[in-house]
Amino acid sequence: MARFSVVPSGDGSSPEGGAGPVTPDAGETLADLLAQAARGDEGAFGVFYDRTSARVHGLVRRVVRDPAQSEEVTQEVFLELWRQSSRFDPSRGSVLAWALTIAHRKAVDRVRSSEASRGRDASYGAAAVDVAHDHTSEAAVGRLEAERVRRALDTLTDAQRRAIELAYFSGYTHTEVASLLSLPLGTAKTRIRDGLIRLRDTLGVTS
Amino acid sequence: MTDDIHALSGAYAVDALDDLERGQFERHLAGCAACRAEVASLREAAAELAAGVELPPPPALRGSVMDAIGAVRPLPPTPVAPVSTGDGDATGPGDTRLPSPRVAPGSTGPTRWRRVLVAAAAAGVFSVAGVGIWQARDDGPAPTLAQQVLDASDASRASQTLQGGATAAVVRSPSLGRAVLVTTGMPAAPEGKVYQLWLQTADGRMASAGILPAGADQVVVLEGDARTATAAGISIEPAGGSTQPTTEPIALFSFT
Repeated sequence: MARFSVVPSGDGSSPEGGAGPVTPDAGETLADLLAQAARGDEGAFGVFYDRTSARVHGLVRRVVRDPAQSEEVTQEVFLELWRQSSRFDPSRGSVLAWALTIAHRKAVDRVRSSEASRGRDASYGAAAVDVAHDHTSEAAVGRLEAERVRRALDTLTDAQRRAIELAYFSGYTHTEVASLLSLPLGTAKTRIRDGLIRLRDTLGVTS
Repeated sequence: MTDDIHALSGAYAVDALDDLERGQFERHLAGCAACRAEVASLREAAAELAAGVELPPPPALRGSVMDAIGAVRPLPPTPVAPVSTGDGDATGPGDTRLPSPRVAPGSTGPTRWRRVLVAAAAAGVFSVAGVGIWQARDDGPAPTLAQQVLDASDASRASQTLQGGATAAVVRSPSLGRAVLVTTGMPAAPEGKVYQLWLQTADGRMASAGILPAGADQVVVLEGDARTATAAGISIEPAGGSTQPTTEPIALFSFT
């Protein structure tokens, strides 16, 4: 298997690096802010929140869908990021990927546990309309970034893109994805992996 | 491991495994540097996807978050890890294969093990890398001792691929003074035999560190002080174990 070295793809201060859109020119990197937070600096964490909350909340909302629950989960995520702030290791990846990994996991956990308790009833399906994407106001930088990601997604095969979207944005397991796409069991995980590798290479997030 | 477990890296990176698969894959990750690096890179790629769905939360949420963090202390940092390099899944040459039990009682002992170790080290069998490329996840139940060792920031790991694709990795945390063996895909020990674990003490003796439980995928804390130990090994011994290794090791992990 090939070896990959991970290069952080953006820490909140580089204009093209997948950073939060709110204050891209602020002098401190997200990693700096996190280090200050780890020493108990709530103000620094507030800035961290301002620069990452649209990304975190957007992802959570896309997965969880229900606005009130999305807010709850987003708050849980930031509490967790605060708690874990000293444990972030920049040699292992970017701050943003670290934060979004935690956010995605919490969002998926919420969706799966609420489905388990509701038994996938019809009211969930009715509530599960697509979230309208907010491309209107705050997300000027985000729009450029989104365009870059959209172009990268276009390089995937349809099957890869649909498998990734169902897994990442809808929170399905690869087994469920296989069933939803009528794929033989075991092939969805391959599509997800191949698609992510392609995205990674297209977006140049690693060397 | 009927399927190729490496293929789960993408699904793992986007939380698309069920709990059972996730547990299996995380045990695999502990011994597979290539998968850890791949998961890290795929998480970077997945994080980019979130750029397309940005949505600021309602302004009031900021106050709730700031109130909430005021009531919680950040966790203390874990100790600073020594710099380590290399990928941890080197495949060794001949002496990492599962041997047919060529038992030669009386001819084995610490001296011979040391020789094997030196030879293997010279042949580049070992590589050590920092463990824990996957970042700490949200809190669950209190971590087990094994998990603490795996997560320790000073943990170093030596891993080997054995015959048949089984992997064995020893993760050692000097600060905790313990080492953990992580196996994946281990074949059953020969009839009437067990896999016995060893720690080599500073004076060169091999001290039993326990018997590997049956089962292909195991995470086992080695008995004994891993802080001062200079190496760990696995050998095939008669059921019940031996007081000293009586066969050539099937895997050796140098800590020095």
